[in-house]
Amino acid sequence: MAKLTIDRETCKGCGLCADVCPKHLLALSREINAKGYHPIGITDQEACIGCAFCARMCPDAVIKVEK
Amino acid sequence: MAVVYEKTKLLTDKPLHYCPGCTHGIIHRLVAEVIDELGVQEKTIGIAPVGCAVFAYDYFNCDMMEAAHGRAPAVATGCKRVNPKNVVFTYQGDGDLASIGAAEITHAATRGENITVIFVNNAIYGMTGGQMAPTTLPGQVTTTSPYGRDPKLCGYPIRVSEMLATLDGPAFIARVSVHDVKHIMEAKKAIRKAFEMQIAGKGFSMVEVLSACPTNWGMTPQEALKWLADNMIPQYPLGVKKEVE
Repeated sequence: MAKLTIDRETCKGCGLCADVCPKHLLALSREINAKGYHPIGITDQEACIGCAFCARMCPDAVIKVEK
Repeated sequence: MAVVYEKTKLLTDKPLHYCPGCTHGIIHRLVAEVIDELGVQEKTIGIAPVGCAVFAYDYFNCDMMEAAHGRAPAVATGCKRVNPKNVVFTYQGDGDLASIGAAEITHAATRGENITVIFVNNAIYGMTGGQMAPTTLPGQVTTTSPYGRDPKLCGYPIRVSEMLATLDGPAFIARVSVHDVKHIMEAKKAIRKAFEMQIAGKGFSMVEVLSACPTNWGMTPQEALKWLADNMIPQYPLGVKKEVE
């Protein structure tokens, strides 16, 4: 199982990571961060395969991937 | 658990000021990762432009300098010639490099100045509010071409990589894109190659990176990346334009 760590306060909610996730596990959260954006969140941590596509796509480098 | 991917230490902890979905952040990260992987952090000097990337000196964790608008290649020339052991790169947008800085980049290239140029082409002036740039596509709507760029009135966009590749000075010129993960990996390879050429003393190297500007294009980040792939790549074909042995 892979583990995603998301820096939710730095995320700007652009959603580019969600588009490249091959398992479609990423979605914008309902709550907002201090900057006023809806940060990205993972819907099913167990299903993550740790490909790190999301982290490579993220313009703000908010995602850390461990496997 | 082993780390598969994390933010490189060549980027500072300061959050990027770029708009959501702006691909400047991806390009910053690629350049930072390459400097880290080549192990040249201590002798690298980056030259920031005027434009959206004007605060690049806050984000790169290496020595940085700010140049007047378009003059980054001239400043880089000085940094490199004073101490040729330095690894010197400029990070410039299309308004900076292709417009007001057209003379500096052309002459730095034709001199074969041993520097690396990262040229971010988003076909628009970003920081000043979305005006037409030399790289704006025919028909593209900007704040100063509200009916679309008319080539009869405003001329045609400049293909900077192809233009500079006709010169004898440059050692490596490539155009890449960052609109999906595959192209991001290819872009990183090209940027790494450009830095390696400089370190090997081959001469001028430039990587043109096609980039999205969702805010000034008036699109969502997703629409902007699709627009880039569908419209910019046919106008600006990807690939290596020049490479010396």
